[in-house]
Amino acid sequence: MSTDATALTPNYEHDVIDTHHGIGTPVLGMLLFITSEVMFFAGLFAAYFTLRADAQAWPPKEFANILVPFTLFTESGALNLIVPMTILLITSSFTCQLGVWGIRRDDHTAFRRNFAVTIVLGALFLLMEMYDWSVLFHEGLSMSTTTFGTTYFTLTGFHGAHVFGGVVMLSVVLYRGLAGQFSSRHYDMVEATSLYWHFVDVVWILLFSVLYVL
Amino acid sequence: MATTTLHPAAQTYRSTLYEWLTTTDHKKIGILYLINSMIFFISGGILALVVRLQLALPANSSTMGGLVSDDFYNQAFTMHASFMLFLFIIPILAGFGNYAVPLQIGAPDMAFPRINALSFWMLPLGGLLMASGFLVSGGAAASGWTEYPPLSAGFDPTTGLQYNGTGTDLWIMGLVLIGTSSILGAINFLVTIFKMRAPGMTLFRMSILTWTVLVTSVLVLMATPVLTSALIMLFIDRNYGGQFFVAGPGGGQVVLYQNVFWFYSHPAVYIMILPAMGIVSEVLPVFSRKPLFGYKAFVFATVGIGALGFSVWAHHMFTTGQVFLPFFSLMTFLIAVPTGVKMFNWIATLWRGKLVFSTPLLFAFGFLMMFLIGGLNGAFSAAVPVDFALHDTYWVVAHLHYVLFGGSVFGVFAGIYYWFPKMTGRMLDETLGKVQFVLMFIGFNLTFFPMHQLGLLGMPRRIAQYASNAGWSELNQIATIGGFVIAASVLPFLWNVLVSLRSGKIAGDDPWEANTLEWATSSPPPPYNFDHLPEIRSERPVFDARHRRTAATSTASH
Repeated sequence: MSTDATALTPNYEHDVIDTHHGIGTPVLGMLLFITSEVMFFAGLFAAYFTLRADAQAWPPKEFANILVPFTLFTESGALNLIVPMTILLITSSFTCQLGVWGIRRDDHTAFRRNFAVTIVLGALFLLMEMYDWSVLFHEGLSMSTTTFGTTYFTLTGFHGAHVFGGVVMLSVVLYRGLAGQFSSRHYDMVEATSLYWHFVDVVWILLFSVLYVL
Repeated sequence: MATTTLHPAAQTYRSTLYEWLTTTDHKKIGILYLINSMIFFISGGILALVVRLQLALPANSSTMGGLVSDDFYNQAFTMHASFMLFLFIIPILAGFGNYAVPLQIGAPDMAFPRINALSFWMLPLGGLLMASGFLVSGGAAASGWTEYPPLSAGFDPTTGLQYNGTGTDLWIMGLVLIGTSSILGAINFLVTIFKMRAPGMTLFRMSILTWTVLVTSVLVLMATPVLTSALIMLFIDRNYGGQFFVAGPGGGQVVLYQNVFWFYSHPAVYIMILPAMGIVSEVLPVFSRKPLFGYKAFVFATVGIGALGFSVWAHHMFTTGQVFLPFFSLMTFLIAVPTGVKMFNWIATLWRGKLVFSTPLLFAFGFLMMFLIGGLNGAFSAAVPVDFALHDTYWVVAHLHYVLFGGSVFGVFAGIYYWFPKMTGRMLDETLGKVQFVLMFIGFNLTFFPMHQLGLLGMPRRIAQYASNAGWSELNQIATIGGFVIAASVLPFLWNVLVSLRSGKIAGDDPWEANTLEWATSSPPPPYNFDHLPEIRSERPVFDARHRRTAATSTASH
């Protein structure tokens, strides 16, 4: 009898493990998902460095002058948006975090405004990237222009796809926020989405350094 | 009337089929994994019989009155391996994890039940995409399951040859889906294990199967995305003029693909074996009536295999001349150490145990013996000079089948016989089980043992024909006979499942007198698994509860 009673109401003094505090379940899920994304990009970066180590000239000589980061115009007079894009995306990471801090102290206005700004910045980034690609296509750089073109468009393309995914996720969160579904006690989804957005930002910083600066 | 009445939700009629198609219950999803995997096991098996029939006679070719064209032969062995690896072994082990892990840690379900359903349903979709290659012109993927470029790269500008048709693209997209399913599953397992354990269930009180699923999930999480990147690069090369793997001026590197591919595919062999080791480690203690010998050593060995698993991929590429041989050879020898530790764990568990020779134990024995051979002939190949002689011969085919069939598949059947009573409430028939084991054991050795000799005699893998004076004919015929014995051994199993579902012996909660938490609930368990949990004070809570109760009643009666 007594054994059954203890079985029904476990009362452990020293070995209760508390799995319900600490990091939230959606946040942990997102962190693990980001780990897998890191490995996906690691595969692409591994290919990039291997091929770059093998190449004669990187980028190919005829494109060396259009892939300079710190000018506002290319030689043909088109806009060179790579630095403005980078600034936009880094700024969006800050606004995103301001939004998370907003919902943490139940400041719904700050949360909504900052997330709305983040979404706009992300969408602007995508538009500018499309313009940048069109300039490069116009100059004759394409997927089949040596391994440089292949890796350049694969890396920036998959990053762009992730920015797009991030914008979609941010929009869902904002929509749910406008419906009043988050509060300072319930914002795991907001936190998880912001982590994803920071990850997308970090990948871009790496890409910018590797493709343009190094 | 200003009153609001709350109506109870109308009792809706849900057909059983609808229930199964839309379920988010981890137990049902686990069973769906098993069923889906068995379908692909049988399909892959039929393709293997095509391969064996083709090789039964030398110089066998459709133009000379043989069974299949060389072209179809290539598709047959490629799709045989793809089905068996990606759609049978990996998912069926994930299926056992899905069924057993939440039960064994005392959780009501997985952490993300709907994502769990999503990961399952991507599998049949990916499998059908892959298999639909047989319907398009040019046929299914045919460059081997590794799909090395340039063979798989489609159009070759230097020769103007089109190697492969749409089938390869379907194969790539199917595999990307299957990989995504694995990754989502791994995230789900990890969050479940870290966040959903019952009170008292510390990490070192988890069942060994849960530990192996934990380590496997880390491997999936870190390795599978790299395969996705390799496949996507291959897809870009094939379809969008990419240059990743196209050799030539301004072009890429063929060996790059092998590096990225094996960075996934070597850890993947541990993804394919670790949960099977976990199943065997559940079965052996129960049927020898002893705790697992060296629980912590086993856990650390599992973690060690997982960690070392990432540093041995290039031993598949010794003969490319582009990898650092001493390092990868040394690491490959090193990874045999934790595997050896486990072998001693298992043997010491059996030592002086009170063995109960039920079918699960027989299959676990099959696992121990066959996996030992597979491990030893693998350690041979870790030596660089031996590998140079044996690379891409039938020796490798023998080795991988001893590990993946003799190891994983025997483990899988041990698991099916062990958990079938829990899943359905009915026992599988012991006699039919033993018939299956004996047939499968004999057939397996008849098929794959001669392949060692074929490899040493120099027969390359993946060839459709060989000369009649090569001296390989008899051994190939023995292997073909063995292949049909294996096929025959599956029939009593299928019959057993059908009969036992209708009229098997009623199992009860705990037919095996087992140790882990899934045996503390009813068979089959109710939705959300437990009405109440026993105290968890060791890795054998059900054993503790059973014996404490016995002790208490016996004191009371005295």
